[in-house]
Amino acid sequence: MLEADSEILVDIRGLSFSRGDRKIFDGLDMEIRRGEVAAIMGPSGTGKTTLLRLITGQLVPDEGTVTLNGLVVKDQPRDKLFEMRREIGMLFQQGALLTDFDVYENVAFPLREHTNLSERLLRRVVLTKLHAVGLRGAARLYPSELSGGMARRVALARAIVMDPELLIYDEPFSGLDPISLGVVLRLIRQINDALGTTSIIVSHDVKETATVADRSFLISDGKVVASGSPQQLRVDRSEFVRQFILGLADGPVPFHYPAPDYREQLLSREES
Amino acid sequence: MTDWVRDLSFTARGALTTLGATTLFLLDLVSRIPRVFVRRFGLVVAQIYNAGALSLTIVMVSGFFVGMVLGLQGFDSLSRFDAEESLGAVAALSLFKELGPVITALLFAGRAGTAIASEIGLMRATDQLVAMEMMAVDPVNRVIVPRFLGGIIAMPLLVAIFNGIGITGTYLVGVSVMGVDSGVFWSQLHANVDFADVVEGIVKSLVFGGVASLLAVYEGYTCIPSAEGVGRATTRTVVSTAVSVLILDYLITSALI
Ligand SMILES: Nc1ncnc2c1ncn2[C@@H]1O[C@H](COP(=O)(O)OP(=O)(O)OP(=O)(O)O)[C@@H](O)[C@H]1O
Ligand SMILES: [Mg+2]
Repeated sequence: MLEADSEILVDIRGLSFSRGDRKIFDGLDMEIRRGEVAAIMGPSGTGKTTLLRLITGQLVPDEGTVTLNGLVVKDQPRDKLFEMRREIGMLFQQGALLTDFDVYENVAFPLREHTNLSERLLRRVVLTKLHAVGLRGAARLYPSELSGGMARRVALARAIVMDPELLIYDEPFSGLDPISLGVVLRLIRQINDALGTTSIIVSHDVKETATVADRSFLISDGKVVASGSPQQLRVDRSEFVRQFILGLADGPVPFHYPAPDYREQLLSREES
Repeated sequence: MTDWVRDLSFTARGALTTLGATTLFLLDLVSRIPRVFVRRFGLVVAQIYNAGALSLTIVMVSGFFVGMVLGLQGFDSLSRFDAEESLGAVAALSLFKELGPVITALLFAGRAGTAIASEIGLMRATDQLVAMEMMAVDPVNRVIVPRFLGGIIAMPLLVAIFNGIGITGTYLVGVSVMGVDSGVFWSQLHANVDFADVVEGIVKSLVFGGVASLLAVYEGYTCIPSAEGVGRATTRTVVSTAVSVLILDYLITSALI
């Protein structure tokens, strides 16, 4: 077992997980170091979001372990798991803002639930975070009145409002215009460096991720197929890495979800 | 096995499974009530207000018309036995023991129940419940239990309003239109409605309120996370509440009579 203050914050060992018959992870190993920005990249549908859910204990692995801060996630009782999650900020792929509340209350939600800050202090914290994502002026809008990109930025403000130890971003770049994209990229780096946070970015945007990540993990077929700094990956000669980084359709990465033979299926009479 | 037998056994098994799952869900909710009541009392009050306010207008309008119809029909039936003066008692008994709890529960399911189910279903479909879990907030305590409790507490209040307005409607029709004596109307009502009748009404409103709220939060919480899933959950809330309330109504009545 790891020391609580070891250099590794997230340690994944021999992780296997299936959805129905489909094996999504098959003996995946990954170590994420304290204080780094780690990127998890892979084609759509490889299970990046699923991996985040396994790390945060929303899903339980079939085999293998995820160790967070020295604690095996799947062995934690519910209240202990919740305690761990207070130290995790998560940006959801779809934002997942609470539709009952306006922007301000969405960002204030974790603070109201977990702290006893005075209204004055709470206001200051919330406005600071909203200012950081450029949406202080949108504080009184409701989620239904936001564009997709704005909602994502509010969700980002909410994810960082508790100053968590680990920040997890699921596709933080999709749906952002170039300006917001630049701001978000800088913000991720700043938060990471200023607060000593560890960050995990899940993305398939190779270029953007390369500008912010210290290390990237490429996953495919349930395993980590390559890892290293963006520079290392760029010069990696392996076929898979080249295909993914350069965005080629042909190569070892299956573009298709597993399916029966195309020609046969088109010609057959039965529906399937 | 012929097809319809298999279909029937399939349906029956499905219904039993749902019943079991709902029961387990109910036990879980009940075990959380004390905590939620203490720690999140404000949320419960907000949900009582929410569920009550949603259904208030239709409960009042429906109560008034049901009461007036009772006045007409009751007068017509009773006059065949020369017993028009019992109108107040008959209307009160019908309202307190049957119509009040049953109709209010059906209206509640159609108005507040569907709103609750679709709201929770939407929260599930848009990952809001998962997001709460990730923010270390228990969504059942934060979202489900307050709505469940709010419905249970709001229902008897709505039933009381339905009954009060219903009796007023009967009185208006019976006394002002049909000419029953006002004093006789009230004295008959007082003389013939027992405490036990009122208790029966209260028991029913609590049980029906519990069932309507339970099914609304259950359907919302377990819905398939898609637009269609939320729609189906909403429909199922109304249908299953209506059927359950009518079945339970028979069971409670036969137990208390
Ligand atoms: N709730 C679920 N039930 C069954 N299968 C699921 C479920 N969620 C995801 N899957 C399957 O798991 C696989 C991985 O999904 P996941 O959402 O983790 O992919 P992803 O890598 O995040 O993709 P994207 O980049 O498109 O977000 C997919 O093939 C999907 O079909
Ligand atoms: Mg994903």
